[in-house]
Amino acid sequence: MPNLEHPAYPAADLLRLESLVPCRESQVSMLLSIFGERQHFSFPSIFIYGHTSSGKTYVMQTLLTTLQLPHVFVNCVEYFTSRLLLEEILIQLQSSSSDTEQTCPVHCDSLNDFVRLFKQAVARRELQDETLYIVLDRAEQLREMEANILPAFLRLQELTDRNVTVVLLSEIVWELFCPNVGCLEPFTMYFPDYSIGHLQKILSQNHPPEYSADFYSAYINILLGVFYMVCRDLKELRHLAALNFAKYCEPVVRGEANERDTRKLWKNIEPHLKAAMQTVYLREISSSQWERLQHDGGEPGQLKGLSAHTHVELPYYSKFLLIAAYLASYNPVRTDKRFFLKHHGKIRKTNFMKKHEKTSNHLLGPKPFPLDRLLAILYSIVDNRVAPTANIFSQITSLVTLQLLSMVGQQDQLDGPRYKCTVSLDFIRAIAR
Amino acid sequence: WGFFAVLQGCFVFKPSSKKRRSSEKTAHDFRSRSDDSEDTELRFVTCQSLWNQIKAETEQIQEDLNKQLLDNLVSFLSRSHSEFQEKTTEWTCRMKFREIPTAALVLGVNVTDHNLTFRGLSDVLQDNISPYVALLEAKDCPGIKNLMQKLMGQLMSCDIDVDSMEDEDCVQVSQNRIRCSMSSLISWYESVTKKTDSETPSKKRNSSSRHWQSPPVVVIFKDMESFTTKVLQDFIVIGSQHIHELPLVLIFGIATSPMIIHRLLPHSVSSLLCIELFQSLSCKEHLSTIIDKLLLTSQFPFKLGEKVLQVLINIFLYHDFSVQNFIKGFQLCIVEHFYSQPLSVLCCQLVDVKKRVCSLSHDQCENIRRLPSFRRYVEKQESGKQIDLLTNDSFLKGETEKLLEDLHVYHENYVSILRCLHVFTSSLPKYPLGKQIRELHCACLENRVWETEEYESSLQLARMLNNTDLVTMLQQCVEILMSSSGKEFDKTVEKLKEFLTQFQNLEAEASQEQDVSVSSQKELQKKTDLYQLQKTLLEMKESRRSKKLTKFEMLRFEVVDYIDSLVRKYLVPAADRTLHEIMYFNAAAVLRGHLNAAPRTALHTALNNPHWYLKNQALKCDGGGISNKAPDICIVYKLHLECGRLINLVDWLEAFSTVVMAAEEPNADAASSDQVDDIIHARFIRAVSELELLGFIKPSKQKTDHVARLTWGGC
Repeated sequence: MPNLEHPAYPAADLLRLESLVPCRESQVSMLLSIFGERQHFSFPSIFIYGHTSSGKTYVMQTLLTTLQLPHVFVNCVEYFTSRLLLEEILIQLQSSSSDTEQTCPVHCDSLNDFVRLFKQAVARRELQDETLYIVLDRAEQLREMEANILPAFLRLQELTDRNVTVVLLSEIVWELFCPNVGCLEPFTMYFPDYSIGHLQKILSQNHPPEYSADFYSAYINILLGVFYMVCRDLKELRHLAALNFAKYCEPVVRGEANERDTRKLWKNIEPHLKAAMQTVYLREISSSQWERLQHDGGEPGQLKGLSAHTHVELPYYSKFLLIAAYLASYNPVRTDKRFFLKHHGKIRKTNFMKKHEKTSNHLLGPKPFPLDRLLAILYSIVDNRVAPTANIFSQITSLVTLQLLSMVGQQDQLDGPRYKCTVSLDFIRAIAR
Repeated sequence: WGFFAVLQGCFVFKPSSKKRRSSEKTAHDFRSRSDDSEDTELRFVTCQSLWNQIKAETEQIQEDLNKQLLDNLVSFLSRSHSEFQEKTTEWTCRMKFREIPTAALVLGVNVTDHNLTFRGLSDVLQDNISPYVALLEAKDCPGIKNLMQKLMGQLMSCDIDVDSMEDEDCVQVSQNRIRCSMSSLISWYESVTKKTDSETPSKKRNSSSRHWQSPPVVVIFKDMESFTTKVLQDFIVIGSQHIHELPLVLIFGIATSPMIIHRLLPHSVSSLLCIELFQSLSCKEHLSTIIDKLLLTSQFPFKLGEKVLQVLINIFLYHDFSVQNFIKGFQLCIVEHFYSQPLSVLCCQLVDVKKRVCSLSHDQCENIRRLPSFRRYVEKQESGKQIDLLTNDSFLKGETEKLLEDLHVYHENYVSILRCLHVFTSSLPKYPLGKQIRELHCACLENRVWETEEYESSLQLARMLNNTDLVTMLQQCVEILMSSSGKEFDKTVEKLKEFLTQFQNLEAEASQEQDVSVSSQKELQKKTDLYQLQKTLLEMKESRRSKKLTKFEMLRFEVVDYIDSLVRKYLVPAADRTLHEIMYFNAAAVLRGHLNAAPRTALHTALNNPHWYLKNQALKCDGGGISNKAPDICIVYKLHLECGRLINLVDWLEAFSTVVMAAEEPNADAASSDQVDDIIHARFIRAVSELELLGFIKPSKQKTDHVARLTWGGC
């Protein structure tokens, strides 16, 4: 691995930076060379993309703070409108300039205002001879704001005529941003996923103070062996590692095994981790419940996960309405007469099913049906007479609010509303019992 | 039928609007129908006090039922953030991903009841956990922006009532301009928590002892199902980013099943949450408790008749599962009973009866004489007493008082014996008389329960119970009867205890009987000849039939017969009791009309048979013919019933004018009928547009000059 070196920054800082960003050295040195020296003009915009938790945000943040480059860091999910976003950038610019001075509330309604205020802020901070970095995390959210926001950020350097670089971080590729014509192409950079070796190295770095690094790294090795197939998310893995470490240490604490006794430790932890994969990882039971379970030494089977509670108790007619809706969604209209009428005519078997209908309707998904059909089927499947009371109609709407039915096409409700049944066959079976 | 889909989620809360009026006004309403001689004031006051008692009782029941759930929730919430506050330096806490503590609260599909639960929940939370509780509803939060606005509005205003008055104006001014972002929320949180810290302990001792120094911010999502995925995701992502500065706690109100969390949130978002599940009591159990405490008690003089109770229970079981609606229905019954029954003035506690009976007016006495149950009673008396009852008011009053006292005693006994019978029937296989006590109650109210087939079969089954079951049941019965307030049960209890000792004696003798049965088996094995065997078998069968029953069996018969006699004595249906009309509300049809209205049928009746509502003799039509005297819309409606899915307007107009003209000028010549009168044309157009407004037809684009039917029979 090449050591980071750059003439503009002190070697001590670079060394520290290198220790903080394991397995991302090449990306960091690339970025450094793009940034150039402090006063150099850099690319107007840089687009960094990579899969979830490939270190985009972390690397950017560590780089900028360690080298003490002037920067603004904004998450686009949090500032969900363009106004909030622009104001937040300005606030951060102001507040970092002088902490003691009371920051007056900023009002920035348009990009035009932003450019003006931005120039003022830069002038106040005396940053003319330094590159200012604006990092926009989760930049894919920008697409949902006004159309001019994204192109303007891409050429902010040109618009403000100041030394500024905009860094966009995103999990999706640049092509999906669909920039319109006249957009300045940013410099794109890809952060590849961490390999299993990388994960091992990074996770082993933070070992608990009570135990040796080797011991912890052996633990991480076992953990990755179980979880690497399903999860490569660094954050999630670290969380899981912390959750299950106490269990791993148990034999050592009790004195049954020493720290080198890897096989014994493996035997102890492996089924436990497998159980964790079924439960905690899927958020079937919460991590605090998991810890308590570990603490009490109980079996994981005791706690029922979220998915175990699938049964829904419904009023009598709601059940029938739901069943009728299911029938209406998955049966073709032509068959209604045959299924629900007592004296239906004879239907020739050969011609009855058209070719396309032979594919299972369950594969095709529910089809919309009008209210009339639902009620007609309801009347025929309920044994006794059903009066069309207001309660029946309100039950249909409450099924819609419970998301068991869904309304198709939100047009005029007088116009014969159409519904779809959104529950599965298993659910209907459970109800029909 | 589109029109009725518009009636979405409308629940009938009639009584509440009646109650909200000022009390004088309502008393006046009571009077408006009948004159003052019928004690309207008193009836109204009785009704009010009775309802207040019942309301207090139901609230108490609900509180007790929710207590467990709320306690669990509170302990979860108080645990959730304290862990992090205690040991932030520990390695595991540093390494662990900080999740948002989330309580998934499964409340069942009875959405109407949830409001009450949430209100109780937020009160409890504000008392025990944190003053910062926000309740969010999906309809207020179509986007993340609205959600933040709503959240901040609620949090900051709840801050105002905690703080002193001086801050109020400055908070209010800034609220309009405040930026709806997480950062302003965080700065607000920092400022309020700092303020609480710096305040002198004497001033804030109370609150600081209840809440610790940085109380969590609790956000309750009332109806999780209705929130859009994006809003929830965004909010959780933002919240988890700031969890270190703002200790957020989420509560999801779930009506269906907790699976909805996984359906709404992708793994990347749900991994930010630390979800624990809490389940509320099922609404059926809730209802059972309510019925147990409100109906199966002699505490309240007011009773529901069988049909009425059935209507209420059916609405609950078939339609909404809502306990609130059940109680509202019960309230409606009370109001309706006191409003429509003049004699309901006597529906009061036993201590007041004497005074009220004495002050009855002559008209009221006549009312008593008119009661069907009283008439039946009179007919059974000897002639001298009959005359006295029918003519002498004071004699009648004395008799009434006695009868009412009887009725009270009957209630007390009824409830205890009903519970005893339920002990027996609820453990029989297949539950011939129902599993729940409410079913048994309905059966007993309906008619003489001992005459029904189900009762017969359950007695048969009871005669086959084994020893241990029978003994435990008898013990339960003894307990029930001992705790009941009825005075007549001393003897019954004694008798039951006697049975119990007899059973104990029997156990000692049990071993001998076994020997006997074994010997008979041995005899059977000796005979090998087929004919002989057959003969012996027949003999044994004969002998078994005629054989004297074992002592246990005899005793069992005795017990069952005794229970039967108790049932026959005490579980007489209320309708057979004299003066039951005073206590029992029986107008099921009225109730059904109010609570389970059928708008569709009503509309059809109105249009098809206007006489039903207008009461105009001229409109009375015979058979299926169309009268031309009916309102235009009725004629148009009837004509449209005969059409297909698409209706030709010209044909329709033709038919309409034929009907209308039929009576006016029967002998008009053909030339004039060719051209439709302008007035008739206008009337037709108005009627058609009225039908369109009601949602029966709509203009169609498929064919010109046609309208499409939206109602039945179109296809």
